[in-house]
Amino acid sequence: MAENIVTIFQWLIFLGAAFVSIIASFMVITRKNPIHSALFLVLTFLCVAVLYLLLYSQFIAIIQVVVYAGAIVMLIVFVIMLLDLEQELRSGLKLFYSKVIGGLLMVLFLFGIIYSVVAKSPTGKVGSYTPDKASANVKAVGEMLFTQYLFPFEIVSVLLVAAIIGAVILSKKRT
Amino acid sequence: MVIPSVPPECYLVLSGMLFTIGVIGALTRRNAIVVFMCIEMMLNAVNISFITFSRFLQSLDGVLFAFFVMAVAAAEAAVGLAIFVMIYRSRDTINLDEINLLKW
Amino acid sequence: MFDYVWLIPLFPAIGFMINGLFGKHLGKKVVSWVGPSVIGLSFLTSILIFFELIGRPPTQRLFEKVIFDWVVSGSFQTVIGYQIDPLSILMALVVSGVSFFIHIYSVGYMHDDPGFTRYFTYLNLFVFMMLNLILANNFLLMFVGWEGVGLCSYLLIGFWYEKDSASNAGKKAFVVNRVGDFGFILGMFLLFTSLGKNGIWTLDFTEVFANASKLDTGTVTAITILLFIGACGKSAQIPIYVWLPDAMEGPTPVSSLIHAATMVTAGVYMVARCNVLYSMAPIAMAIVAIVGVATAIFTASIGFCQNDIKKVLAYSTISQLGYMFLGVGVGAYSAGIFHLMTHAFFKGLLFLGAGSVMHALSGELDMRKMGALRTKIPITFWTFFFATLAIAGIPGLSGFFSKDEILWQAFSSSHGHFLLWLVAAIAAGMTAFYMFRALFMTFFGQSRVDEHVAHHIHESPKIMTVPLMVLAVLSVIGGYIGVPHVLGGANHIHQFLAPVLGGGAEPGKAHAGISILSQAWASGGEGGGHGAALELLMMVVSVVIALIGIGIAYLFYVKNPAIPKLVAEKWKGLYKLVFNKYYVDELYEILFIKSLKNLGTGLWKGFDDFIIDGTINGIAYLIGVVSGGMRKIQTGLVQNYAFSMIVGGIVIAAYYIVRAIFY
Repeated sequence: MAENIVTIFQWLIFLGAAFVSIIASFMVITRKNPIHSALFLVLTFLCVAVLYLLLYSQFIAIIQVVVYAGAIVMLIVFVIMLLDLEQELRSGLKLFYSKVIGGLLMVLFLFGIIYSVVAKSPTGKVGSYTPDKASANVKAVGEMLFTQYLFPFEIVSVLLVAAIIGAVILSKKRT
Repeated sequence: MVIPSVPPECYLVLSGMLFTIGVIGALTRRNAIVVFMCIEMMLNAVNISFITFSRFLQSLDGVLFAFFVMAVAAAEAAVGLAIFVMIYRSRDTINLDEINLLKW
Repeated sequence: MFDYVWLIPLFPAIGFMINGLFGKHLGKKVVSWVGPSVIGLSFLTSILIFFELIGRPPTQRLFEKVIFDWVVSGSFQTVIGYQIDPLSILMALVVSGVSFFIHIYSVGYMHDDPGFTRYFTYLNLFVFMMLNLILANNFLLMFVGWEGVGLCSYLLIGFWYEKDSASNAGKKAFVVNRVGDFGFILGMFLLFTSLGKNGIWTLDFTEVFANASKLDTGTVTAITILLFIGACGKSAQIPIYVWLPDAMEGPTPVSSLIHAATMVTAGVYMVARCNVLYSMAPIAMAIVAIVGVATAIFTASIGFCQNDIKKVLAYSTISQLGYMFLGVGVGAYSAGIFHLMTHAFFKGLLFLGAGSVMHALSGELDMRKMGALRTKIPITFWTFFFATLAIAGIPGLSGFFSKDEILWQAFSSSHGHFLLWLVAAIAAGMTAFYMFRALFMTFFGQSRVDEHVAHHIHESPKIMTVPLMVLAVLSVIGGYIGVPHVLGGANHIHQFLAPVLGGGAEPGKAHAGISILSQAWASGGEGGGHGAALELLMMVVSVVIALIGIGIAYLFYVKNPAIPKLVAEKWKGLYKLVFNKYYVDELYEILFIKSLKNLGTGLWKGFDDFIIDGTINGIAYLIGVVSGGMRKIQTGLVQNYAFSMIVGGIVIAAYYIVRAIFY
């Protein structure tokens, strides 16, 4: 009985988050006003964070909210306001066809993915982190991060430093 | 105690759909910043995929990978938006149709 | 002294280097000393070696000196080496001696020419190459000398290269020579490979001739015919003699040295050197003899109507070369070499004399504008006279002994034939006629000299007349080393050359003419007569023919100068034919030159321009068109590039998906 409720609950959350995220992302790509797109993007990110929680990855969910929905989208919004953009005009006919074809291709690709996922269930090498062990999420991630993935960690930090310096240099006003 | 949950196929299908929508948006829109937002959406879709696999294969590699993807996305956002600002400054437009200096 | 045989060619080479590199700075005086003196040193060395050679018994007169290895390839080895034997030392004496006197003459003749230094450079180079040719101990080095003298001939014929006719004549000489050289090379190759089939890889003379008996007659015939083609080119026989008359464009001492005394004799020398091979191939010898005698009479007839004194002498040279080939063609190798030697003396002298006449007349060449110079340039006249007597074969002078030896051998040797003798005798008569015609027209009769030239007629300076006198003495006494047995002499030259040239055709033995081709001639050869009596009879016959020729020439040109004109009028067509040298040059022009030119032009325009250039340009154009179309892909729009990337990504992902699903 409890399991039933849990399962139903999970399915409900999942379906809700999924639908909202799909609709929101759809809105992102169809709104003319970039600020609207940005706001729908935030909604998408939050739904994805909910999905992460469903997947028992609390650490990533928080990171998602903090980094993506918090920092990145904020950056985007600032830049949109800085640039004072106008509404997007309708594009010329010349480039229209490539977009249509691209869209069709992607839809076909989507069907391919769905088919492949459904026809054959995804398998892979089963690792060692059972749900019990992995539930202490941050600790487990930290363990892996500082032992096995130490080198990429250092590299990413260097990358972030480079990004910061790059952003500063690029945005300087030419005197 | 096995907690029953949504099967992984559903997450993967969702990830695929988000990715597709992101690609369509990146190809279709003319505003560079909106294209950038679609790119972020694609990255998110891929992250969902990673986390799903990490969960259902009981390993943490996927989680770490998603973590790194996020870090890189942040760095890319910073630098990319700086570049957008520069382009706007020099060309007074951020319309991708009009930024075609590499044309034949 | 034998070890120093390499000095003989070295001295002229040093002269060439000094004159060539420093001539301009050293000035005319030094060059005029260096040029002749190096040849003199070479001549001196030859004399010393000659005396040492005589000191040895006849069977030990072969010495080879190797300077260094030239080609070492597997079992084939060629060296730069010089060979001393009677034949080569005799040739070396003749070449260096006559060259020495001609060099001295040239100092006087070319005195006012601005190309003085260049002249002596080329001349020294020529003597160097000629000595290499003669003294070589293998075919390859001989061929180096062969080509080298061809080169120097080209350089010297075209000496006054600003004149179109001179440079054209030089080119003609070189190209026609090349035709002959082609035959020579093929002969050498054939010899090399056929000896190689027997396991012997060599081109040394001694080894080749020792092993020649291993080859079969057919091969040897082919080899000898090919080598003879080379000799035809170098020694101007039918059909490739056409360069020699044109070669008279060069300075007169050049004509004397190269085209009378030395270079043109290289072919005869080569045939004599390869006598072992020729004796194995009777058909080839018959061909040599027939070509020789045909050339002799053909070019003698052309000499009848020429008015340029040098051209008369040129045709006379070709004719006498025909005699030499007749001699070696019937197996009388030593007779051919003997005639070569005497010819060098009197023909060299004749040319120098002609040069002296031209010098006196300020460059006049046309005999119709000469006459009655006998008293005005006496030394030139008397030397010219003796040389003409020699070439006509008057008894007592050198030409008589050598020519008669050839005529006797043409009749009596086992390769000879009565018809060969007959044609040669007629040609001898013609020789006497046209040479005395030249003499009479130049020195006798009324003076037809131009006014302004007549004032300047003067005898040549001593430096030019002394060589004339020396050569005249040699023309007279040079024959006495070959006095035949029948006249009481010991035929020293034949004995001297016997170790190299074999006994040759035995003098005095008469067979029925058994040469292979004689079977086709119905009359066959005359039956054998008694050796001595027949030989004396032949001699008398040839002298009588010569005297008849002289008599007719006297009649035509001294007694009654109007006769030649009447004869020309009466037989206009024949006169025209002979005067224009039987139109041989024009025939060659039509046969070979026009067709080759058209072929060349056709290939140039049709093949090179159209096909090859068209292909290259077409490919370039094609690439241009294709890339012109392909560049439209670069639109500069980011989203198009993103589209291509996505398509690529889809393809890769699709591949993996399909593979995962279906396999």
